[in-house]
Amino acid sequence: MGLGAYIAVSAVLFAIGVVCIVSRRNMIYVLMGIEMILNAANINFVAFNRFNGDAMDGRMFAIFVIILAAAEAAVALGIVLNVYHLFESIKPSDVDLMRD
Amino acid sequence: MDFLQFNPEADFKLLLAVPLIPLMGYVVQIFFGRFLPRKGDWLLTAGMFGSMCITVLMAAKAISHGFSSSEPFFHLSRDAGMSFSWFYQEGKAAGDPLNMTAGLLYDGLGAAMLAVVGVVSFFVHLFSTGYMKGDKRYHIFFANISLFTVAMLGLVLSDNILFLFVFWEIMGLMSYLLIGHFSHDPSTPYFHRWATWASKKAFLTTRVGDCCLLIGMMMFWQHFHTFEFTELWRLTSEEVARNGGEWPQWMTVAGLFIFGGTVGKSAQFPLHIWLPDAMAGPTPVSAMIHAATMVAAGVFLLGRTFPILSPDVLAVVTATGAVTALFAATIGVTAFDLKAVLAWSTISQLGFMVAAIGTGGIGLVAGLFHMVTHAFFKSCLFLSAGSVIHGCHHEQDMRKMGGLRKRMPLTFIAMGISTLAIAGIPMFSGFYSKDKIIQAAFMKTSLEFSGAQAFACFALPVAAALTAFYMFRMMFMTFSGEYRGDVADGHGHGHDDHHDHHIVHAEDGGIAGGHPAPMPKESPWPMTVSLLCLATLGFLGGKFWLLDMDILAHHAPWFVQLVSPEKMYPGVELMNGYGAQISAGMIEHADHAAHTWAMIVSLLVASLGIFGAWWIYGPRMQAKGQAVVKWAWTIACVVLWLKVCVPALGGMVEGVGALPKLAAWLGVLAITGFVVARSRKWIVGVFTSLSRPNPENIAGGFGELYVTVANKYYIDEIVDACVIRMSMLASKLLRWIDETVVDGLVLLVGRINRSGGGVFAWFDQKVVDGAVNGVGALTQTFGFIARLFQTGRVQQYASFAVAGGLAVAAWLLLG
Repeated sequence: MGLGAYIAVSAVLFAIGVVCIVSRRNMIYVLMGIEMILNAANINFVAFNRFNGDAMDGRMFAIFVIILAAAEAAVALGIVLNVYHLFESIKPSDVDLMRD
Repeated sequence: MDFLQFNPEADFKLLLAVPLIPLMGYVVQIFFGRFLPRKGDWLLTAGMFGSMCITVLMAAKAISHGFSSSEPFFHLSRDAGMSFSWFYQEGKAAGDPLNMTAGLLYDGLGAAMLAVVGVVSFFVHLFSTGYMKGDKRYHIFFANISLFTVAMLGLVLSDNILFLFVFWEIMGLMSYLLIGHFSHDPSTPYFHRWATWASKKAFLTTRVGDCCLLIGMMMFWQHFHTFEFTELWRLTSEEVARNGGEWPQWMTVAGLFIFGGTVGKSAQFPLHIWLPDAMAGPTPVSAMIHAATMVAAGVFLLGRTFPILSPDVLAVVTATGAVTALFAATIGVTAFDLKAVLAWSTISQLGFMVAAIGTGGIGLVAGLFHMVTHAFFKSCLFLSAGSVIHGCHHEQDMRKMGGLRKRMPLTFIAMGISTLAIAGIPMFSGFYSKDKIIQAAFMKTSLEFSGAQAFACFALPVAAALTAFYMFRMMFMTFSGEYRGDVADGHGHGHDDHHDHHIVHAEDGGIAGGHPAPMPKESPWPMTVSLLCLATLGFLGGKFWLLDMDILAHHAPWFVQLVSPEKMYPGVELMNGYGAQISAGMIEHADHAAHTWAMIVSLLVASLGIFGAWWIYGPRMQAKGQAVVKWAWTIACVVLWLKVCVPALGGMVEGVGALPKLAAWLGVLAITGFVVARSRKWIVGVFTSLSRPNPENIAGGFGELYVTVANKYYIDEIVDACVIRMSMLASKLLRWIDETVVDGLVLLVGRINRSGGGVFAWFDQKVVDGAVNGVGALTQTFGFIARLFQTGRVQQYASFAVAGGLAVAAWLLLG
């Protein structure tokens, strides 16, 4: 299997993540979309690492990203809880205070 | 006597104190007067007393000097190193004309005038403490009258014409304030309005004269570059001598302007109109204005500037004075207001003085002498009038007086003495000066005939007769007969008084006399004491004849000893005297002849005037009056006999034996005795059998003439029509020009500016504002569009970001 297959999977995963962020009516799904995009990036890191040399740097970055994603998920879920607390809703379209 | 020697060290300081004492009093009074006990009148009166003592002491020095030596009594404080600098510039030399210094000039004339001002002012102050009691502005009155005195004292002491002018103006201001004293008292509408009007009139009328004096002064300064009297005299004399005895044209013009100052201040003919109305002020002020200060200043100015007046100016001076004397005397005859009679008599007497000064030589001395004696008796007359008015509850109409002799005996005595003095009866001061004036006029005419002089020779004796007439008319109307005032109006509170104290006065009369109405009664002591002291001066102030019994003044009175042209202007050759063709011998001869004639004429006119007044207005002759006439006639006959018949007979019987001499003497004595005894009865008969004319019939007999004179020759109306109306018309014209032409131009410029402004406003509003608004609107439009994207929805933003990313990617891949 060549590099193109990995890139294709990654691109599909990225596209699904983006659509998930933009279109879902639940913030949890939005978070899940973000995770998908991050994982699409991880796939890229690992794939490029595998095809472009023996150094472990790509896989290291992937591990960092997974750790950061875990931390991010914790913070983001806290934000979602607060949003729910404030707005009684976790619909992203209800949270439009940034307009002001 | 040592203390009668002039001592420059001390005496100039004393003289400086004379105006400074009342000046300090004024300053204190004007600020603190109302808080002092008795509103501060004692302060100023005491200060004035101090000043008076100094002036009298200094006059005593001058007089003793005048009698003891023929050297002039003439002192300049500058010669003693005492002068102060004014407008002084250190960079310029001491003699530079712009470095002005002022000092005191003290000579015989100054000494006499200073003493007169001091004495009269003090008594006026004293009188006012009684007369003005209860006035609302009592302290202001005293402050003003004090500064009035300061101005006159300073004027007399000034050694240069500029300082004289400064004091002259202060005096004008103070006369304005004092004449208008009652204008602040709206409780009497009549007095209130009259005082306002009269003070304005006095100020503006004298202002005309002041302007003339200023112009004349400046003309002399332009040529001579000095204001000092001594320098002016010397330079004028030198200039005329250089010109070969001819007076330059400009000097005559400048002299006329200086005389204009006198015309204004001393109320001479065209500008006299202010003086009769000046009586709107309180009576003590009238006494000051008429006697010591205001009007005397004009005559004094003539005395100081005499050497710089050309003969042509002097002719004008004489003519003006003579016209004024005669003209004012005729009006005095028709006046019914007590103070108006005195006011017109003042104008008339001022005419005498001015006319006399115009004749020069002894006339100058006589005019100044008359100014001094006039100050004595006129101040007394005015204060007596004040006393009478005070007694009659501010009634001034003589037709409502009468019979006051018994009610106000002291006032009667004082006023009687002063009236005799002004009428020119021997032994009384006015006689000596008026006689000298008539003598001067006769003498000048006999030496150098001219129209003005001849007119003066006619006008002055006639005016003197009229003076005697109207003064005795006033005396008879006021003091003899029955009281014609409103006594029977039931109660004493109905009088329309403008002083609070009259109500008190009325109650006094009501309680003390048990009368329902207050009869006039004698004034309080400060008033009567002042009256009697001034009357004494009016009696003996001309010549102290009690010492040598020289009643007809064959020897010179004190003033003539003190003041003569040589003593007044030492070292100056007078160029306006007689021409070279008239020798000293001719002058002496004319002097002698004029002396005799003047004596006869002045006695004749005085007795004529008094007789006329008695005939028309006097009381019917009672036994007492008959006795007076009888003894007066007897004394006159005896005096005539002693003075005329005895010397004549002595000459005739010289060289005859003793017995025939005795027989002749006895015979003449017997004849004289017989004539006197018979003529006494005859003269009394003449007096008692005269039928008494009614004054109204006489007035009616004169018809239009009387009406004209009684209306003061319509001078006020003429001035009103020619000057005031014309000024008003001119002002209206100017106002029209101002409103139409000047305002029109200004408005035109304004309109043009406004139209230009409109263009700019349009440009500003449309173009500039349009640009600014356009930018704003554009920004707003873009903002509106941009706002559409700002929804606040995170997902939308993310979609945009993704779309952007896709677009960039697409461009990178496809482009």
